[in-house]
Amino acid sequence: MILTQEQKAMLDGKHGPGTGIAMKIQIKIGESFNAKRLVPITRAHVALSAQEADVWFAEKLSNAGAKCRVPTTVNPGFCLSYFKERNMVSESEAYLMTQTHSAYKNLGAILSYNCTPYHGTNIPRFGEITAFSESSATPYINSVYGARSNREGANSALCAAVTGFVPEYGLLLDENRKGEILVDVKADIKSDFDYQLLGYMGKKIGNGIPVFVGLPKDISPEALMNLGAQLNTSGAYGMYHIVGVTPEAPSLEAAFGGRKPDRKVVIKAHDLEQILNEISEPGGRAIDFAMFGCPHLSLRQVQEIANIVQGKQVKAEIWILTSSHTKEMAIRMGIADVIENAGGHIVEDTCCDQPCWSHLKGKYGVTDSPKCAYYPKRRGINFIIRSLEECVESALNGRVD
Amino acid sequence: MKKREFKCHVISEGLVESEVLISKDTIMFYLITPEDGTVIEKGHSLEGKSIAGKILVFPGGKGSSVVQADGLYQLLNKGNAPKAMIIQSPETVLVASAIIMEIPMVDQVEQDFYNSIKDGDRVEVDAHKGLLKII
Repeated sequence: MILTQEQKAMLDGKHGPGTGIAMKIQIKIGESFNAKRLVPITRAHVALSAQEADVWFAEKLSNAGAKCRVPTTVNPGFCLSYFKERNMVSESEAYLMTQTHSAYKNLGAILSYNCTPYHGTNIPRFGEITAFSESSATPYINSVYGARSNREGANSALCAAVTGFVPEYGLLLDENRKGEILVDVKADIKSDFDYQLLGYMGKKIGNGIPVFVGLPKDISPEALMNLGAQLNTSGAYGMYHIVGVTPEAPSLEAAFGGRKPDRKVVIKAHDLEQILNEISEPGGRAIDFAMFGCPHLSLRQVQEIANIVQGKQVKAEIWILTSSHTKEMAIRMGIADVIENAGGHIVEDTCCDQPCWSHLKGKYGVTDSPKCAYYPKRRGINFIIRSLEECVESALNGRVD
Repeated sequence: MKKREFKCHVISEGLVESEVLISKDTIMFYLITPEDGTVIEKGHSLEGKSIAGKILVFPGGKGSSVVQADGLYQLLNKGNAPKAMIIQSPETVLVASAIIMEIPMVDQVEQDFYNSIKDGDRVEVDAHKGLLKII
């Protein structure tokens, strides 16, 4: 790989040993993908997780004096103050989150603790070269904004933030951004929830860049968030196209770059019903709680929940996970009061797959997100998947149809 | 005599020798028990087998970036990570994790290698020179 003077200096440790480690890793990644050079990035997002591997690597770089050259936004772990105050985490669990917080703080990261940076704090322009990890974030910025990022791991995105460079390969290059699979959607896709199920068709869609046709033109930001999040729960996708909607797909021809699709997949209403049956626990039972916010809910979605519960009392408690910004807006606007009065909780900076949810072990809840149902399974939490509105109604009734 | 040496492309450096274990399926290291290296993923071609200390031959990784790295890290901490990984389709998440955790990894192996090996064969992975030797 050809390195510039500056990149060589970084590798030789002239910018400090931490930057040297990050640069060495970046170069090795580049070599394994036959990249010819490293190119500068202007944004990054690290899928912080507060798991042991995450803390180990962040501390390794931080202890070696690394600082983010491009301050990166980060994913949520869990909100220390919220869960410590309520005695919902053990000392060792709190310690891991404290260590994570210190390491990323020392690295100079933007401590946003939010998994939807593309809806607020970290929005790239068309063509901008970035390093984004987090399953819903990478496809969002590639597909919806036409920015460029490979499907980074949390660790490789952190190296990119520290050095300010990424190896040039994969989705950074024009020729690798063209569609490969034609996905003809014959189902009537209307609500944000329909996109959760459409996204979960990864097994049927298969490997490659999907090009969706048959979808409406007015797709909400939340629907696009859901689509990307679920595509990367049921498979591994760095990018997709929606003809007539996403910027690199003004036409079917443009989406495929003039080539023929490698294959064609048809999605029918029946497929969506079938996948829901497969991934959801059976309904028709009492529930203990409702969980929303995988990925973090938008202000509009929090408002929707408030509208349904206003003046009522829930029988099963509602947990709403969102960014600190959205929570602050909800407080200012009185939405938070409406939800708290009805028996719901808005929690900032927190992910549904964290040790702070151990009190839900063995319980049954509802969620609108298949991803939320998938990862916490190993924590022994059971989910029935329904639309957001149905979930809120279920929380009010204490049971789900 | 059958060929015993095969060229490959180096992803993560190192020189190791051990028994081969071949997986038909992609691997999510989070669904492997760190305490003994046993694959617990239902329906996986390696279900019930241990990858601990093996030269693991498999198509590539899958799943969320976060848990893949943590899965490999937990195995490494318990001394049950694979000794080396021989893959077909590199993707950033697994490649970065192998490099960072200093586990030798290679790809682009000559096709003959796959026709020549079976589970339990001893193989030397020279992930400096880009060479695999069946011993």
